[in-house]
Amino acid sequence: MDVLLLSRIQFAFNIGFHYLFPPLSIGLTLMLVIMEGLYIYTKDEKYKVITKFWTKIFALSFAMGVATGIVQVFAFGNNWGRFSKFVGDVFGSALAFEGIFAFFLEAGFLGVLLFGWDKVKPKTHYLSTVLVALGAHFSAIWICVVNSWMQTPAGYKIIGKGHEARAVVTDFWGMILNHSSLVRITHVLIGCWLTGSFIVLSVSAYYYLRKRHLEYARITMKIGLIVSSILVILQLVSADSSAEVVAKHQPAKLAAMEGVFKTETHTPIVIIGYPDMEKKEVKGLKIRSLLSLLTYKNPVTAVTGLDKFDEKDWPNVPIVFFTYHIMIYSWGAMVMASIMGAFYFWKKKLENAKLTLMLLVVSVLFPYISNQAGWWTAEAGRQPWIIYGVLRTSQGVSSSVRASQVVGSLIMFALIYSLLFTLFIFLLNRKIQHGPEESSDLKLEEFRVKI
Amino acid sequence: MELVILWYLVVGLSATAYVVLDGFDLGVGMLHLFTKKDEERRLMLNAIGPVWDGNEVWIVIVAGTLLSGFPDAYATICSVFYTPIMIFLAGIIFRAVAIEFRSKLPQSRWRNTWDVAFSLGSYVITFILGVLLGNLVVGIALDSKEEFSGSFTSFFTPYPILMGITAIAVLMMHGAIYLNMKIDGEFHAKTKRWSYRSMIFFVIMYVALTISTVIFEPHMIEKMKLYPFLFLVAALAGAIIYNVIRMLKKDNSGWAFICSSIALALLIGLFGVGTFPVLLRSTIDPAQYSITIFNAASSEKTLKILLTIAAVGVPLVLAYGYWIYRIFRGKVRLDSHSY
Repeated sequence: MDVLLLSRIQFAFNIGFHYLFPPLSIGLTLMLVIMEGLYIYTKDEKYKVITKFWTKIFALSFAMGVATGIVQVFAFGNNWGRFSKFVGDVFGSALAFEGIFAFFLEAGFLGVLLFGWDKVKPKTHYLSTVLVALGAHFSAIWICVVNSWMQTPAGYKIIGKGHEARAVVTDFWGMILNHSSLVRITHVLIGCWLTGSFIVLSVSAYYYLRKRHLEYARITMKIGLIVSSILVILQLVSADSSAEVVAKHQPAKLAAMEGVFKTETHTPIVIIGYPDMEKKEVKGLKIRSLLSLLTYKNPVTAVTGLDKFDEKDWPNVPIVFFTYHIMIYSWGAMVMASIMGAFYFWKKKLENAKLTLMLLVVSVLFPYISNQAGWWTAEAGRQPWIIYGVLRTSQGVSSSVRASQVVGSLIMFALIYSLLFTLFIFLLNRKIQHGPEESSDLKLEEFRVKI
Repeated sequence: MELVILWYLVVGLSATAYVVLDGFDLGVGMLHLFTKKDEERRLMLNAIGPVWDGNEVWIVIVAGTLLSGFPDAYATICSVFYTPIMIFLAGIIFRAVAIEFRSKLPQSRWRNTWDVAFSLGSYVITFILGVLLGNLVVGIALDSKEEFSGSFTSFFTPYPILMGITAIAVLMMHGAIYLNMKIDGEFHAKTKRWSYRSMIFFVIMYVALTISTVIFEPHMIEKMKLYPFLFLVAALAGAIIYNVIRMLKKDNSGWAFICSSIALALLIGLFGVGTFPVLLRSTIDPAQYSITIFNAASSEKTLKILLTIAAVGVPLVLAYGYWIYRIFRGKVRLDSHSY
């Protein structure tokens, strides 16, 4: 294997692993802002207990996110040196915003959030929670801006030729607010919030099933159900506007997502199926005209197919097709979980609705699957470009890195990340098993050790 | 003043902030195994507990300021030093999760494992950073296309290794003084002994490094010869180190820590003066192929935007950073929220 392929595998693996944590952290900050807000508003100690409990899970996720995130800061230069030289001028200001206004905000006030309970007034503590949440959201926003620029570059010009070529900012706001920034930020943030609300739902449902900590689980179940029900609908709206932008600016990606090989009127949507790459057609269950209708609000208008592009400019169609459909199925599962949960909760029968509770327990996987699959669609769909229509991925790789070095680092990351993942799940499970009850667990454990 | 020079100062100040702030976290990490008592180890962890995360952000800022202002330098440094940076990242990962994981279980085997990970991680991070700085002084085989023809072992020559060990010594000293400031009771006396011993270690290393610099890397002191007042800066650093000892003797650990921080900042400053304006020195032809702040800079427009962001953002960060440090001022106490 060559440096290019190995570097792509390493980037996909590292960012995929990293992306297990930021959505959880970002989503949980929203939940914490709600929970601690209720504590400040009602002064009911129960809310403080659940806030503290979820703060601990947030801290675990945050630590994993930081540890794996720093790797990404260097990855651009490590493996994608030529890409870094090309985009440094453009990315520079966005990343500077991220560093100064996001990372410091979240990492700085995290200390107060975790260790400041007895050191500052409740309202000051709440302010720190809100600032951590803001910081977490800002980092998502800026990194999405940069990624969106790679999808729909704007506000720049290219200077130099060949090896020396690079992009230079000509219009700062045009670069920041490129065609896809806003819709993609919205789509990603809702995905994060869904992750936060579904982990709260899942843990609460687990306590329902085990009949433990019910006093607290009822509160968090209610919060989780309200938030997730709103979000699944919002995500549908956001998905629709994302697709419109993709149709307009990255037609080859949309064609791959729905497997549109031929440009024809009444373009269908594929409910379930697979792309046959040899015959260049999609087999499966389709609904006629629906894609045209969704994209152009007109059932007749043809959606641009892959036949309009040279095959060397195609993304990997099966990957984009499948990950896109998996994302949508997974969204469907979230809709089902929140409807069923809300229905039984409203009827006050949730405690005995075993099946629904079990569905809610596993439901935390759905946003995870959607997040990962969604990013695969977005990034694999951008190929073979690293900057859509401007720079090919093959032109972005570092020149002085050898394949053996990347193999080495890939093995290293695979080992470290497997270890970390196991430990993360183990510690997360321990926290959940321990529950929100305020028995100072350290003293209890020290007591146990002495026995 | 030219924009590139201003931005170079921002990079330098970020690097200084990283070394001064995360420096004491790393120092505490390297001293971590010097005590075997669980309670003392917990005190050490909690001395840095609420702040280390924010301190670590500065290394991200250093990388970010390089990428944004000097993309060529960032790209070349990161890809040339690929393997050392990977080892550095492994250190960063292990240190971060070790701090978070260690106190989650009471079993001593679990805790000892993460103690070793925390400490080893801190050594690796410090040593590799020192070796990197050493290589930036010595230079690497960089040709006209900014391509590098060398191997992993070529980074571990005597001078960079000496720099790596000096980095360990200076941050150990810095960490010990920080602990001395944050810890009272019986443990306080022990941290004082650590401070003295690591200072001796540092002074020996520093003298050795200075002599080797003068003999083997004379280009580092060319500017000092041009502007002799720079020798005063070096002398000042020495005087401040001496003052650290005085303050420790008087048990004024707050001032000892401030002096240690200033000394660190001056040392970074001397490094910056010695290498300026070169970011990555070419040994093939230093004058022709080196990457400097002038040939690696972003466009003027971007530098202007960057400086505006920094002018607004950095004071803000420093203001709330100061506020956060004030909340956690005073001696460490263990409570139910501690690690």
